[in-house]
Amino acid sequence: MGATITRADLSEAVYQEVGLSRNESAELVESVLNEISETLIKGDAVKISSFGSFAVREKGERIGRNPKTGEEVPILPRRVLVFRASHVLKNKINNSL
Amino acid sequence: MTKSELIQHIAEQNPHLYHRDVERIVTTIFDEITNALAEGNRVELRGFGAFSVKHRDARVGRNPRTGESVEVDSKHIPFFKTGKQLRERLNGGVDSE
Repeated sequence: MGATITRADLSEAVYQEVGLSRNESAELVESVLNEISETLIKGDAVKISSFGSFAVREKGERIGRNPKTGEEVPILPRRVLVFRASHVLKNKINNSL
Repeated sequence: MTKSELIQHIAEQNPHLYHRDVERIVTTIFDEITNALAEGNRVELRGFGAFSVKHRDARVGRNPRTGESVEVDSKHIPFFKTGKQLRERLNGGVDSE
């Protein structure tokens, strides 16, 4: 508990699961992340059943404040990514922690 | 994009792989992230984002329809923070944070 999992661990899991080389396993992990990113950049949502969904939300301009100086600064319109975990994922986490 | 469309796209990019192997690869990646979170670990995918688990204390909530007080147990919730590079790419290369 408290460990950090990285791309290398995901590649290793793919390597163990499918009979591909370590190199190709790593490339496939990258392809999957890239495919998800490209879809989101196009503005489309990504729904992974029993895991969760990623969606892009458009934020309008608003006035923010520099917390250090108190100065008002406009926060420009931007796109943010929101992740909603599925109930399956939430339940798995709560049943084991 | 759904999980099956994601599998389809990856399969098209890798014509040398069996479709069922691509399915196993994509499933393995999300299972690995799920298992890591269920063990209380963090998953950090540089440039994409990081998944972590946050703890919510027990609280007294209210049924919004009846106004009745209900005890809400403490729970763990999965959380995703978008990576710097993906955040920039969503906004045409400009970091919005």
